[in-house]
Amino acid sequence: MAERYDVLVVGAGPAGLAAAAAAAGQGARVALLDAQPRAGGQVWRHDVGHRAPFSARRHIAAVQEHPRVTWMAQTQVVAAEHGSLLAEDPRRAHWLGYGALILATGARELLLPFPGWTLPGVAGAGGLQALAKQGWPMRGRRVVVAGSGPLLLATAATARRHGAQVLGIHEQATFAAVSRFAGGLWRWPAKALQAAALRTRLAGVRYQCGSVVVAAHGDDQLREIELDGPRGRQRVACDYLAVGYGLVPDVRMAQMLGCRLEPEGAHARVVVDTEQRSSIGNVFAVGETCGIGGRDCALVEGEIAGRTATGATADLPALQRRRRHARAFAAHLREHFVLDPRIRALAEPDTLVCRCEDVPLRALEGLQDGRSAKLATRCGMGPCQGRICGSALAEMGRPAPNGLRPPLFPARLATLAEAEAPAW
Amino acid sequence: MSARMHITLNGNVVEVPEGVSVAAAIAHAGQAFGRSPGGRRRGPFCGMGVCFECRVSIDDIAQQRSCMVTVREGMRVDTDG
Repeated sequence: MAERYDVLVVGAGPAGLAAAAAAAGQGARVALLDAQPRAGGQVWRHDVGHRAPFSARRHIAAVQEHPRVTWMAQTQVVAAEHGSLLAEDPRRAHWLGYGALILATGARELLLPFPGWTLPGVAGAGGLQALAKQGWPMRGRRVVVAGSGPLLLATAATARRHGAQVLGIHEQATFAAVSRFAGGLWRWPAKALQAAALRTRLAGVRYQCGSVVVAAHGDDQLREIELDGPRGRQRVACDYLAVGYGLVPDVRMAQMLGCRLEPEGAHARVVVDTEQRSSIGNVFAVGETCGIGGRDCALVEGEIAGRTATGATADLPALQRRRRHARAFAAHLREHFVLDPRIRALAEPDTLVCRCEDVPLRALEGLQDGRSAKLATRCGMGPCQGRICGSALAEMGRPAPNGLRPPLFPARLATLAEAEAPAW
Repeated sequence: MSARMHITLNGNVVEVPEGVSVAAAIAHAGQAFGRSPGGRRRGPFCGMGVCFECRVSIDDIAQQRSCMVTVREGMRVDTDG
Protein backbone atom coordinates (compact mmCIF):
# COMPACT_ATOMS: atom_id res chain seq x y z
CA MET A 1 0.00 0.00 0.00
CA ALA A 2 1.20 3.51 -0.70
CA GLU A 3 -0.08 7.02 -0.13
CA ARG A 4 1.46 10.31 -1.05
CA TYR A 5 1.10 13.65 0.75
CA ASP A 6 2.30 17.18 0.05
CA VAL A 7 3.74 17.38 3.54
CA LEU A 8 4.51 14.47 5.82
CA VAL A 9 5.16 15.28 9.49
CA VAL A 10 6.81 12.71 11.74
CA GLY A 11 6.12 13.25 15.44
CA ALA A 12 2.97 14.77 16.96
CA GLY A 13 4.43 16.77 19.83
CA PRO A 14 4.21 20.58 19.82
CA ALA A 15 6.69 20.89 16.92
CA GLY A 16 4.88 18.41 14.68
CA LEU A 17 1.43 19.74 15.58
CA ALA A 18 2.50 23.31 14.77
CA ALA A 19 4.09 22.18 11.50
CA ALA A 20 1.04 20.20 10.42
CA ALA A 21 -1.33 23.06 11.27
CA ALA A 22 0.78 25.62 9.41
CA ALA A 23 1.14 23.45 6.31
CA ALA A 24 -2.55 22.52 6.22
CA GLY A 25 -3.41 26.20 6.72
CA GLN A 26 -1.69 26.90 3.40
CA GLY A 27 -3.83 24.33 1.61
CA ALA A 28 -1.39 21.40 1.65
CA ARG A 29 -2.49 17.79 2.05
CA VAL A 30 -0.76 16.72 5.24
CA ALA A 31 -0.17 13.46 7.09
CA LEU A 32 0.92 13.56 10.72
CA LEU A 33 2.16 10.35 12.29
CA ASP A 34 3.31 9.33 15.74
CA ALA A 35 4.26 6.07 17.42
CA GLN A 36 2.06 6.83 20.43
CA PRO A 37 -1.70 6.20 20.57
CA ARG A 38 -2.44 9.91 21.19
CA ALA A 39 -1.07 13.17 19.83
CA GLY A 40 0.72 15.60 22.14
CA GLY A 41 4.24 14.20 22.32
CA GLN A 42 5.81 13.90 25.72
CA VAL A 43 5.27 17.43 27.00
CA TRP A 44 1.56 17.28 26.16
CA ARG A 45 1.14 13.58 26.85
CA HIS A 46 -2.46 12.56 27.52
CA ASP A 47 -3.16 12.08 31.23
CA VAL A 48 -5.80 9.45 32.06
CA GLY A 49 -6.76 11.26 35.24
CA HIS A 50 -6.54 14.94 34.36
CA ARG A 51 -7.50 17.29 31.54
CA ALA A 52 -4.67 18.57 29.34
CA PRO A 53 -3.76 22.27 29.51
CA PHE A 54 -5.84 24.53 27.27
CA SER A 55 -3.05 25.24 24.77
CA ALA A 56 -2.38 21.52 24.33
CA ARG A 57 -6.05 20.77 23.67
CA ARG A 58 -6.27 23.70 21.24
CA HIS A 59 -3.21 22.61 19.22
CA ILE A 60 -4.23 18.95 19.13
CA ALA A 61 -7.82 19.72 18.14
CA ALA A 62 -6.72 22.20 15.44
CA VAL A 63 -4.80 19.43 13.69
CA GLN A 64 -7.05 16.45 14.31
CA GLU A 65 -10.16 18.31 13.20
CA HIS A 66 -8.51 19.78 10.12
CA PRO A 67 -10.02 18.32 6.93
CA ARG A 68 -6.67 18.30 5.10
CA VAL A 69 -4.71 16.53 7.87
CA THR A 70 -4.61 12.72 8.06
CA TRP A 71 -3.74 11.67 11.61
CA MET A 72 -1.92 8.32 11.91
CA ALA A 73 -1.63 7.10 15.48
CA GLN A 74 0.57 4.19 16.58
CA THR A 75 2.54 4.54 13.37
CA GLN A 76 6.25 4.07 13.38
CA VAL A 77 8.73 4.69 10.58
CA VAL A 78 11.01 1.71 10.07
CA ALA A 79 12.86 2.55 6.85
CA ALA A 80 13.33 5.19 4.15
CA GLU A 81 13.94 4.72 0.45
CA HIS A 82 13.81 6.92 -2.67
CA GLY A 83 11.81 9.72 -1.10
CA SER A 84 9.36 7.47 0.75
CA LEU A 85 9.06 6.23 4.30
CA LEU A 86 8.04 2.70 5.21
CA ALA A 87 5.65 2.99 8.14
CA GLU A 88 4.09 0.32 10.31
CA ASP A 89 0.94 0.52 12.40
CA PRO A 90 -0.74 -2.27 14.41
CA ARG A 91 -2.60 -3.52 11.33
CA ARG A 92 -0.42 -2.90 8.29
CA ALA A 93 2.74 -1.60 6.72
CA HIS A 94 2.64 1.06 4.03
CA TRP A 95 4.83 3.41 2.04
CA LEU A 96 4.31 7.11 2.57
CA GLY A 97 5.48 9.49 -0.13
CA TYR A 98 5.99 13.22 0.38
CA GLY A 99 6.72 16.49 -1.35
CA ALA A 100 8.27 17.78 1.87
CA LEU A 101 9.13 15.86 5.01
CA ILE A 102 9.15 17.55 8.43
CA LEU A 103 11.00 15.68 11.17
CA ALA A 104 9.63 16.48 14.62
CA THR A 105 11.04 13.39 16.28
CA GLY A 106 11.73 15.08 19.61
CA ALA A 107 14.13 13.90 22.25
CA ARG A 108 14.95 11.01 24.50
CA GLU A 109 15.87 11.19 28.14
CA LEU A 110 19.53 11.04 29.07
CA LEU A 111 19.63 8.04 31.43
CA LEU A 112 23.02 7.33 32.98
CA PRO A 113 24.12 4.10 34.68
CA PHE A 114 24.70 3.78 38.41
CA PRO A 115 24.66 0.70 40.64
CA GLY A 116 21.08 -0.58 40.88
CA TRP A 117 19.64 1.40 37.98
CA THR A 118 18.12 -1.72 36.40
CA LEU A 119 15.88 -2.50 39.41
CA PRO A 120 12.13 -2.37 38.81
CA GLY A 121 10.98 0.83 40.50
CA VAL A 122 13.77 2.91 38.97
CA ALA A 123 12.56 4.91 35.97
CA GLY A 124 13.56 7.99 34.03
CA ALA A 125 12.31 11.33 35.36
CA GLY A 126 10.23 11.89 32.24
CA GLY A 127 9.72 8.12 32.33
CA LEU A 128 7.92 8.10 35.66
CA GLN A 129 5.91 11.15 34.63
CA ALA A 130 4.80 9.33 31.47
CA LEU A 131 3.90 6.21 33.46
CA ALA A 132 1.89 8.24 35.98
CA LYS A 133 -0.04 9.88 33.14
CA GLN A 134 -0.73 6.41 31.67
CA GLY A 135 -2.45 5.49 34.91
CA TRP A 136 0.39 3.69 36.69
CA PRO A 137 -0.68 3.33 40.37
CA MET A 138 0.95 6.20 42.29
CA ARG A 139 -1.42 6.79 45.21
CA GLY A 140 0.44 6.67 48.50
CA ARG A 141 3.70 5.54 46.86
CA ARG A 142 6.93 7.12 48.08
CA VAL A 143 8.74 8.78 45.17
CA VAL A 144 12.17 10.38 44.98
CA VAL A 145 12.87 12.57 41.95
CA ALA A 146 16.50 13.13 40.97
CA GLY A 147 18.77 14.14 38.13
CA SER A 148 18.90 17.54 36.50
CA GLY A 149 16.81 20.29 34.96
CA PRO A 150 13.30 21.74 35.20
CA LEU A 151 11.74 18.42 34.15
CA LEU A 152 12.31 17.22 37.71
CA LEU A 153 9.78 19.77 38.96
CA ALA A 154 7.22 18.73 36.35
CA THR A 155 7.68 15.07 37.22
CA ALA A 156 7.33 15.72 40.94
CA ALA A 157 4.18 17.78 40.31
CA THR A 158 2.63 15.03 38.16
CA ALA A 159 3.49 12.32 40.71
CA ARG A 160 1.95 14.38 43.51
CA ARG A 161 -1.15 15.12 41.47
CA HIS A 162 -1.60 11.37 41.07
CA GLY A 163 -1.44 10.87 44.82
CA ALA A 164 2.24 9.99 45.32
CA GLN A 165 4.15 11.10 48.36
CA VAL A 166 7.14 12.98 46.89
CA LEU A 167 9.96 12.59 49.39
CA GLY A 168 12.27 15.07 47.72
CA ILE A 169 13.72 16.47 44.51
CA HIS A 170 17.47 16.07 44.17
CA GLU A 171 19.04 18.36 41.56
CA GLN A 172 22.66 17.67 40.74
CA ALA A 173 23.44 21.31 39.86
CA THR A 174 24.72 23.46 42.70
CA PHE A 175 22.52 25.90 44.60
CA ALA A 176 24.58 28.77 43.12
CA ALA A 177 23.98 27.54 39.55
CA VAL A 178 20.23 27.06 40.09
CA SER A 179 19.99 30.53 41.69
CA ARG A 180 21.74 32.11 38.70
CA PHE A 181 19.33 30.25 36.41
CA ALA A 182 16.32 31.54 38.36
CA GLY A 183 17.81 35.05 38.50
CA GLY A 184 17.93 35.20 34.69
CA LEU A 185 14.35 33.99 34.17
CA TRP A 186 12.88 37.55 33.98
CA ARG A 187 13.79 37.54 30.27
CA TRP A 188 11.21 34.79 29.73
CA PRO A 189 8.21 35.86 31.85
CA ALA A 190 6.09 32.87 30.78
CA LYS A 191 8.81 30.51 32.00
CA ALA A 192 9.11 32.40 35.30
CA LEU A 193 5.33 32.07 35.78
CA GLN A 194 5.46 28.38 34.94
CA ALA A 195 8.27 27.87 37.49
CA ALA A 196 6.29 29.77 40.14
CA ALA A 197 3.17 27.68 39.46
CA LEU A 198 5.16 24.44 39.79
CA ARG A 199 6.67 25.63 43.06
CA THR A 200 3.20 26.32 44.41
CA ARG A 201 2.06 22.83 43.43
CA LEU A 202 5.14 21.41 45.12
CA ALA A 203 4.78 23.33 48.39
CA GLY A 204 6.33 21.33 51.18
CA VAL A 205 8.52 19.18 48.91
CA ARG A 206 12.21 19.58 49.61
CA TYR A 207 14.38 20.73 46.65
CA GLN A 208 17.97 19.78 47.34
CA CYS A 209 20.74 21.09 45.09
CA GLY A 210 24.14 19.46 44.61
CA SER A 211 22.61 16.07 45.41
CA VAL A 212 23.13 12.94 43.33
CA VAL A 213 21.69 9.40 43.47
CA VAL A 214 24.74 7.14 43.66
CA ALA A 215 23.03 3.76 44.11
CA ALA A 216 19.67 1.98 44.25
CA HIS A 217 19.17 -1.09 46.43
CA GLY A 218 16.65 -3.93 46.47
CA ASP A 219 16.38 -7.54 45.38
CA ASP A 220 13.73 -7.80 42.71
CA GLN A 221 12.26 -4.38 43.48
CA LEU A 222 13.61 -0.98 44.54
CA ARG A 223 13.65 -0.59 48.34
CA GLU A 224 16.12 2.16 49.06
CA ILE A 225 18.36 4.71 47.35
CA GLU A 226 21.63 6.26 48.36
CA LEU A 227 22.17 9.99 47.88
CA ASP A 228 25.37 11.99 47.98
CA GLY A 229 24.78 15.66 48.72
CA PRO A 230 26.19 18.69 50.50
CA ARG A 231 25.55 16.98 53.86
CA GLY A 232 27.23 13.73 52.92
CA ARG A 233 25.66 10.37 52.14
CA GLN A 234 22.17 9.37 53.16
CA ARG A 235 19.85 6.45 52.48
CA VAL A 236 16.19 6.96 51.69
CA ALA A 237 13.59 4.18 51.59
CA CYS A 238 11.22 4.63 48.64
CA ASP A 239 8.98 2.80 46.17
CA TYR A 240 9.99 4.69 43.03
CA LEU A 241 13.01 6.63 41.89
CA ALA A 242 12.54 8.94 38.92
CA VAL A 243 15.98 9.90 37.68
CA GLY A 244 16.95 11.68 34.45
CA TYR A 245 19.83 13.92 33.44
CA GLY A 246 18.16 15.98 30.77
CA LEU A 247 17.33 15.29 27.15
CA VAL A 248 19.14 14.15 24.03
CA PRO A 249 17.90 15.05 20.52
CA ASP A 250 16.42 12.05 18.70
CA VAL A 251 18.21 12.29 15.34
CA ARG A 252 17.87 8.68 14.20
CA MET A 253 15.48 9.31 11.37
CA ALA A 254 17.46 12.33 10.16
CA GLN A 255 20.61 10.23 10.30
CA MET A 256 18.96 7.43 8.34
CA LEU A 257 17.91 9.95 5.66
CA GLY A 258 21.45 11.36 5.48
CA CYS A 259 20.75 14.82 6.93
CA ARG A 260 23.85 16.60 8.20
CA LEU A 261 24.29 16.45 11.98
CA GLU A 262 26.47 18.47 14.33
CA PRO A 263 27.54 17.88 17.91
CA GLU A 264 25.40 19.00 20.84
CA GLY A 265 27.66 18.25 23.76
CA ALA A 266 28.44 14.55 23.54
CA HIS A 267 25.39 13.93 21.34
CA ALA A 268 24.13 15.11 17.95
CA ARG A 269 21.51 17.43 16.55
CA VAL A 270 20.22 18.08 13.05
CA VAL A 271 21.73 21.08 11.25
CA VAL A 272 19.04 23.41 9.87
CA ASP A 273 19.01 26.85 8.25
CA THR A 274 16.84 29.79 9.35
CA GLU A 275 13.87 28.19 7.54
CA GLN A 276 14.35 24.85 9.36
CA ARG A 277 15.62 23.19 6.19
CA SER A 278 18.10 20.35 6.73
CA SER A 279 21.02 19.61 4.39
CA ILE A 280 18.48 17.73 2.25
CA GLY A 281 16.34 20.27 0.37
CA ASN A 282 12.85 18.88 1.00
CA VAL A 283 13.54 17.58 4.51
CA PHE A 284 12.94 19.94 7.43
CA ALA A 285 13.67 19.42 11.10
CA VAL A 286 11.98 21.18 14.00
CA GLY A 287 12.02 21.25 17.79
CA GLU A 288 14.18 19.05 20.01
CA THR A 289 15.76 17.12 17.14
CA CYS A 290 17.56 20.38 16.20
CA GLY A 291 18.86 20.79 19.76
CA ILE A 292 17.10 20.70 23.09
CA GLY A 293 15.04 23.88 23.28
CA GLY A 294 11.69 23.06 24.87
CA ARG A 295 8.08 23.60 23.88
CA ASP A 296 8.31 27.25 22.80
CA CYS A 297 11.11 26.50 20.32
CA ALA A 298 9.19 23.50 19.08
CA LEU A 299 6.00 25.48 18.41
CA VAL A 300 7.65 28.32 16.53
CA GLU A 301 10.02 26.08 14.54
CA GLY A 302 7.13 23.84 13.56
CA GLU A 303 5.25 26.85 12.26
CA ILE A 304 8.30 28.11 10.33
CA ALA A 305 8.81 24.72 8.66
CA GLY A 306 5.11 24.23 7.91
CA ARG A 307 5.04 27.60 6.16
CA THR A 308 8.36 27.24 4.34
CA ALA A 309 7.45 23.77 3.12
CA THR A 310 4.32 25.23 1.49
CA GLY A 311 6.04 28.35 0.12
CA ALA A 312 4.36 30.77 2.55
CA THR A 313 7.41 32.75 3.61
CA ALA A 314 5.84 36.21 4.09
CA ASP A 315 5.67 36.18 7.89
CA LEU A 316 8.92 34.39 8.57
CA PRO A 317 10.98 37.27 10.06
CA ALA A 318 8.60 37.70 13.02
CA LEU A 319 8.61 33.94 13.65
CA GLN A 320 12.39 33.83 13.38
CA ARG A 321 12.70 36.54 16.04
CA ARG A 322 10.47 34.47 18.35
CA ARG A 323 12.62 31.45 17.59
CA ARG A 324 15.83 33.26 18.58
CA HIS A 325 14.28 34.30 21.90
CA ALA A 326 13.10 30.75 22.61
CA ARG A 327 16.48 29.29 21.67
CA ALA A 328 18.19 31.79 24.01
CA PHE A 329 16.19 30.25 26.87
CA ALA A 330 17.53 26.84 25.92
CA ALA A 331 21.08 28.19 26.05
CA HIS A 332 20.37 29.76 29.46
CA LEU A 333 19.16 26.38 30.67
CA ARG A 334 22.18 24.49 29.31
CA GLU A 335 24.58 26.99 30.81
CA HIS A 336 23.27 26.51 34.36
CA PHE A 337 22.43 22.82 34.49
CA VAL A 338 25.87 21.55 33.50
CA LEU A 339 26.45 17.96 34.63
CA ASP A 340 28.76 17.37 37.55
CA PRO A 341 31.57 15.13 36.18
CA ARG A 342 31.10 12.63 39.03
CA ILE A 343 27.74 11.62 37.48
CA ARG A 344 29.55 10.18 34.44
CA ALA A 345 31.61 8.01 36.78
CA LEU A 346 28.86 6.48 38.95
CA ALA A 347 28.84 3.11 37.16
CA GLU A 348 31.05 0.51 38.79
CA PRO A 349 32.82 -2.29 36.87
CA ASP A 350 29.89 -4.69 37.41
CA THR A 351 27.15 -2.09 36.72
CA LEU A 352 25.18 -3.08 33.61
CA VAL A 353 25.59 -0.46 30.92
CA CYS A 354 23.71 -2.17 28.07
CA ARG A 355 20.48 -3.04 29.83
CA CYS A 356 19.06 -5.09 26.94
CA GLU A 357 22.00 -7.49 26.73
CA ASP A 358 23.19 -7.33 30.36
CA VAL A 359 26.64 -5.99 29.45
CA PRO A 360 28.59 -4.68 32.46
CA LEU A 361 30.95 -1.72 32.21
CA ARG A 362 33.88 -4.05 32.87
CA ALA A 363 33.26 -5.94 29.63
CA LEU A 364 33.79 -2.75 27.61
CA GLU A 365 37.23 -1.95 29.00
CA GLY A 366 39.91 -1.81 26.33
CA LEU A 367 37.47 -1.85 23.39
CA GLN A 368 38.34 0.95 21.00
CA ASP A 369 35.05 1.67 19.26
CA GLY A 370 31.34 0.95 19.24
CA ARG A 371 31.66 -1.72 16.59
CA SER A 372 34.21 -3.74 18.59
CA ALA A 373 31.96 -3.36 21.63
CA LYS A 374 29.05 -4.81 19.64
CA LEU A 375 31.07 -7.70 18.25
CA ALA A 376 32.71 -8.62 21.53
CA THR A 377 29.87 -8.03 24.00
CA ARG A 378 26.57 -7.44 22.10
CA CYS A 379 26.50 -3.96 23.69
CA GLY A 380 23.80 -1.98 21.87
CA MET A 381 22.42 -4.98 19.97
CA GLY A 382 19.28 -5.56 22.02
CA PRO A 383 15.75 -4.40 21.22
CA CYS A 384 16.41 -0.73 22.12
CA GLN A 385 19.12 -0.77 19.44
CA GLY A 386 21.54 1.19 21.59
CA ARG A 387 19.16 4.04 22.32
CA ILE A 388 19.77 3.89 26.08
CA CYS A 389 23.39 2.67 26.32
CA GLY A 390 24.50 4.59 23.22
CA SER A 391 23.56 7.97 24.70
CA ALA A 392 24.90 6.94 28.11
CA LEU A 393 28.28 5.80 26.77
CA ALA A 394 28.61 8.90 24.58
CA GLU A 395 27.92 11.09 27.62
CA MET A 396 30.49 9.10 29.61
CA GLY A 397 33.08 9.77 26.88
CA ARG A 398 33.36 6.10 25.95
CA PRO A 399 33.02 4.33 22.61
CA ALA A 400 29.30 4.06 21.90
CA PRO A 401 27.45 1.73 19.55
CA ASN A 402 26.81 3.65 16.35
CA GLY A 403 26.32 2.78 12.70
CA LEU A 404 22.60 3.02 12.28
CA ARG A 405 20.81 0.82 9.77
CA PRO A 406 17.20 0.00 9.05
CA PRO A 407 14.84 -1.08 10.45
CA LEU A 408 14.82 1.96 12.69
CA PHE A 409 12.69 0.02 15.19
CA PRO A 410 12.16 -3.72 15.58
CA ALA A 411 9.50 -4.41 12.95
CA ARG A 412 7.24 -7.27 11.88
CA LEU A 413 8.51 -9.59 9.17
CA ALA A 414 5.45 -8.72 7.11
CA THR A 415 6.51 -5.05 7.21
CA LEU A 416 10.00 -5.85 6.00
CA ALA A 417 8.52 -7.97 3.24
CA GLU A 418 6.41 -5.06 1.97
CA ALA A 419 7.10 -4.46 -1.73
CA GLU A 420 9.67 -1.88 -2.77
CA ALA A 421 9.04 1.83 -2.48
CA PRO A 422 6.75 2.99 -5.28
CA ALA A 423 8.06 5.27 -8.02
CA TRP A 424 5.71 8.21 -7.43
CA MET B 1 -10.33 6.48 35.53
CA SER B 2 -13.12 5.18 37.75
CA ALA B 3 -14.65 2.76 35.20
CA ARG B 4 -13.18 -0.75 35.21
CA MET B 5 -12.62 -3.38 32.55
CA HIS B 6 -11.33 -6.92 32.40
CA ILE B 7 -8.25 -8.38 30.79
CA THR B 8 -6.73 -11.84 30.97
CA LEU B 9 -3.30 -11.43 32.48
CA ASN B 10 -1.04 -14.49 32.54
CA GLY B 11 -4.15 -16.68 32.28
CA ASN B 12 -6.18 -15.01 35.04
CA VAL B 13 -9.01 -12.56 34.53
CA VAL B 14 -8.21 -9.32 36.37
CA GLU B 15 -10.09 -6.05 36.74
CA VAL B 16 -8.15 -2.93 35.74
CA PRO B 17 -9.01 0.75 35.30
CA GLU B 18 -10.32 1.78 31.89
CA GLY B 19 -8.09 3.85 29.62
CA VAL B 20 -4.75 3.05 31.22
CA SER B 21 -1.75 1.61 29.38
CA VAL B 22 -1.16 -2.14 29.44
CA ALA B 23 1.97 -1.41 31.53
CA ALA B 24 -0.12 0.44 34.11
CA ALA B 25 -2.73 -2.33 34.08
CA ILE B 26 -0.05 -4.91 34.88
CA ALA B 27 1.09 -2.76 37.81
CA HIS B 28 -2.53 -2.37 39.03
CA ALA B 29 -2.83 -6.16 39.01
CA GLY B 30 0.39 -6.41 41.04
CA GLN B 31 2.12 -8.55 38.42
CA ALA B 32 5.83 -8.46 37.59
CA PHE B 33 7.27 -7.72 34.15
CA GLY B 34 9.86 -9.84 32.33
CA ARG B 35 13.49 -10.63 32.99
CA SER B 36 16.70 -9.61 31.25
CA PRO B 37 18.76 -12.21 29.32
CA GLY B 38 20.76 -12.76 32.52
CA GLY B 39 17.56 -13.48 34.48
CA ARG B 40 17.28 -10.18 36.33
CA ARG B 41 13.81 -8.84 37.02
CA ARG B 42 12.99 -5.67 35.06
CA GLY B 43 10.18 -3.17 34.83
CA PRO B 44 9.18 -0.18 32.73
CA PHE B 45 12.04 2.30 32.64
CA CYS B 46 11.61 5.00 29.98
CA GLY B 47 7.79 5.10 29.94
CA MET B 48 7.72 6.22 26.31
CA GLY B 49 8.68 3.38 24.01
CA VAL B 50 12.46 3.80 23.91
CA CYS B 51 13.90 1.18 26.28
CA PHE B 52 11.75 -1.86 25.35
CA GLU B 53 11.94 -3.18 28.93
CA CYS B 54 8.18 -3.37 29.38
CA ARG B 55 7.71 -5.80 26.48
CA VAL B 56 4.84 -8.26 26.83
CA SER B 57 2.74 -10.45 24.60
CA ILE B 58 -0.65 -8.91 23.75
CA ASP B 59 -3.34 -11.07 22.11
CA ASP B 60 -0.64 -13.55 21.09
CA ILE B 61 1.56 -10.96 19.42
CA ALA B 62 4.89 -11.02 21.27
CA GLN B 63 7.39 -8.25 21.98
CA GLN B 64 4.97 -5.35 22.30
CA ARG B 65 5.83 -2.33 24.40
CA SER B 66 3.13 -2.30 27.06
CA CYS B 67 3.64 1.43 27.76
CA MET B 68 2.48 2.24 24.22
CA VAL B 69 -0.76 0.26 24.13
CA THR B 70 -4.04 1.17 25.85
CA VAL B 71 -5.99 -1.66 27.52
CA ARG B 72 -9.11 -2.99 25.80
CA GLU B 73 -11.85 -5.12 27.32
CA GLY B 74 -11.01 -8.81 26.88
CA MET B 75 -7.38 -8.23 25.95
CA ARG B 76 -5.02 -11.14 26.64
CA VAL B 77 -1.66 -10.15 28.11
CA ASP B 78 1.27 -12.39 29.03
CA THR B 79 4.21 -10.83 30.81
CA ASP B 80 6.59 -13.71 30.24
CA GLY B 81 5.87 -13.88 26.52
